[in-house]
Amino acid sequence: MDSDDEINSVQSSEDDFMDDEDSLGEDFDAVEEPDDFGFSQDKDIKPRKQAYEVDFKVWGPGQIQDQQDKQVEEVSAVIGQPTESTAILLRHARWNKERLIESYMDKRDEVLESSGLSEDKEGSASITKADDFMCDICCEDGKDLDTFAMKCGHRFCVNCYRTYLASKIRDEGEAARIKCPGEGCERIVDSKSLKLLVTEDLKDRYHELLTRTYVDDMNNLKWCPAPDCTYAVECGVKQKDLTKIVPTVTCSCGHHFCFGCSLNDHQPAPCMLVKKWMKKCEDDSETANWISANTKECPKCHSTIEKNGGCNHMTCRKCRHEFCWMCMGVWSEHGTSWYNCNRYEEKSGSDARDAQAKSRQSLERYLHYYNRYANHEQSAKLDKDIYLKTEKKMTQLQSSSNMSWIEVQFLQEASQALQQCRQTLKWTYAFAYYLARNNLTEIFEDNQKDLEMAVENLSEMFEKSTDQLAGLKVEMLDKTSYCKRRRIILLNDTAENLKSGMILIIPNS
Amino acid sequence: MFASKRLGKELSKLQSSTPPGITLVKADDFEEWEMDIRVLDSNPIYNGQTFRLKFRFTPSYPIEPPEVVFVKSDTRPIPMHPHIYTNGIICLDLLDRQGWSPVHNVESVCISLQSMLTSNTKNERPPGDEDFSRRNRLRPRDVNFLFHDNTV
Ligand SMILES: [Zn+2]
Ligand SMILES: [Zn+2]
Ligand SMILES: [Zn+2]
Ligand SMILES: [Zn+2]
Repeated sequence: MDSDDEINSVQSSEDDFMDDEDSLGEDFDAVEEPDDFGFSQDKDIKPRKQAYEVDFKVWGPGQIQDQQDKQVEEVSAVIGQPTESTAILLRHARWNKERLIESYMDKRDEVLESSGLSEDKEGSASITKADDFMCDICCEDGKDLDTFAMKCGHRFCVNCYRTYLASKIRDEGEAARIKCPGEGCERIVDSKSLKLLVTEDLKDRYHELLTRTYVDDMNNLKWCPAPDCTYAVECGVKQKDLTKIVPTVTCSCGHHFCFGCSLNDHQPAPCMLVKKWMKKCEDDSETANWISANTKECPKCHSTIEKNGGCNHMTCRKCRHEFCWMCMGVWSEHGTSWYNCNRYEEKSGSDARDAQAKSRQSLERYLHYYNRYANHEQSAKLDKDIYLKTEKKMTQLQSSSNMSWIEVQFLQEASQALQQCRQTLKWTYAFAYYLARNNLTEIFEDNQKDLEMAVENLSEMFEKSTDQLAGLKVEMLDKTSYCKRRRIILLNDTAENLKSGMILIIPNS
Repeated sequence: MFASKRLGKELSKLQSSTPPGITLVKADDFEEWEMDIRVLDSNPIYNGQTFRLKFRFTPSYPIEPPEVVFVKSDTRPIPMHPHIYTNGIICLDLLDRQGWSPVHNVESVCISLQSMLTSNTKNERPPGDEDFSRRNRLRPRDVNFLFHDNTV
């Protein structure tokens, strides 16, 4: 990664999120406006911060190092220790500058001692030969054996100490807080000892790990969890805020993830519900297995129907009956105010008196939400498959006709929007499972329904034949931007209600 | 090489003497050993029972902890204990990378397990035992336990 890249990426994310919270109302209006005429416009409109968005900043590897160096220099100037020792002290204090400076001023010797920086009075932290020694790790003994011990006095042969450190650094990825190999000893192997013992071939790895601990120790920094990504994201959302905020961030590598729990974007559901839900799904996986089947029967003629696209609007090949794959209800009702495929209707209380009926009802309720959750996940995959097939066909079409490359970009745009909207929809169902009913639930379900219908409409277009698609560009672009707008509305609404505590979670569900 | 040197020394010590209630059953190589342990006092949960432990060593033993499980046979049941699963997997921080010290050895692990049984008063399995024993396909060393408590 070259440094120009890093600077640019930070610049742009800073620009995107400069607006403060006061501008919410204004942003919201902007969303409602019928805006664009196509995808090219989107890029020119400067993105504004929405209610569901959080401020964050992406840092490249070089910048993380610079940040660290700056902190070290600052503290070094205050406490009057050379930068190398200051770095050791800071790592030991888990980068808590204020606390380090305070305790250093208070009890200097103690702080130096505990970080392994005190003056060696008896020269104990050095490699020596000892009389009457047997190494408790390899059981070797002898006067000629090189041995090492820290202040704690747990002495081992140098060979064993080296092997131990190598195993910690190479296999376990530890660096700043490796403990003495002695049983139950909490003494941290300080950098002076490490310098003495770590072999040349491990020094680079060791320093790399030291840099990593900086990000690990800072509450406002997290590594991007994407494989091989070396960026870190800074965000001010605290652990205790996670019941009210879902802090989704986007790394410069393009990965969307939750700053709270590092999982993939799970808006609008808050982290703790996501955790609960995933645990529940895992526990109930056998009960729910039948749902993920790709085939179902047509509710009218009972012929077997296979789902091969993401769209949930199904038409039976045999009897032409149109129905919804999720609720198996008649499709024509889905486009009207009758649509309530997303809503779980509680059975009237009277028929759920006994425990068995109650447990069946709670299973039915769970399956209602799980069904839809799993379905959007599966549909997103099918949508993607069909897009990839379409794209291939379009590329072939392009080379045989006079359509230019840019003209099929709208397909990719639509496909990406579909993926993102289905991801959101999926989590709205996990979220809804835990929602206590009040007047806000209705609004939430209306938003969910609107987004779901928009998504199914767009998804359906992918099933058109390739030669038709070229003529549907404008319509598809319209539907794409409508989907995106519905998603933003749903996320904004939910984020605002979550923040103000208006959304109630069912206790112990 | 690292492991065999140390295991060789451990073996000759175990062959000459073992602590009460602990016997060496099998040690044909430096990869897998079997030990029997028995509770010494009259803990009613384990009365008259003997348990078999299987140790597996990697070449970096004792820097790395050994893999230790109870194994079942006609005469050797899996001891009832809130930290021991039906499949023989033991949830003990001493056997985890974080809790292991290379100073430990086969004998000290046996003694720790023996005293873990001696002091136990609960005739029960860990929470979620049935599920875990049925589903787990991981090697014990790859299971991430949240230690129920670290005092045992
Ligand atoms: Zn040694
Ligand atoms: Zn020590
Ligand atoms: Zn990334
Ligand atoms: Zn999260």
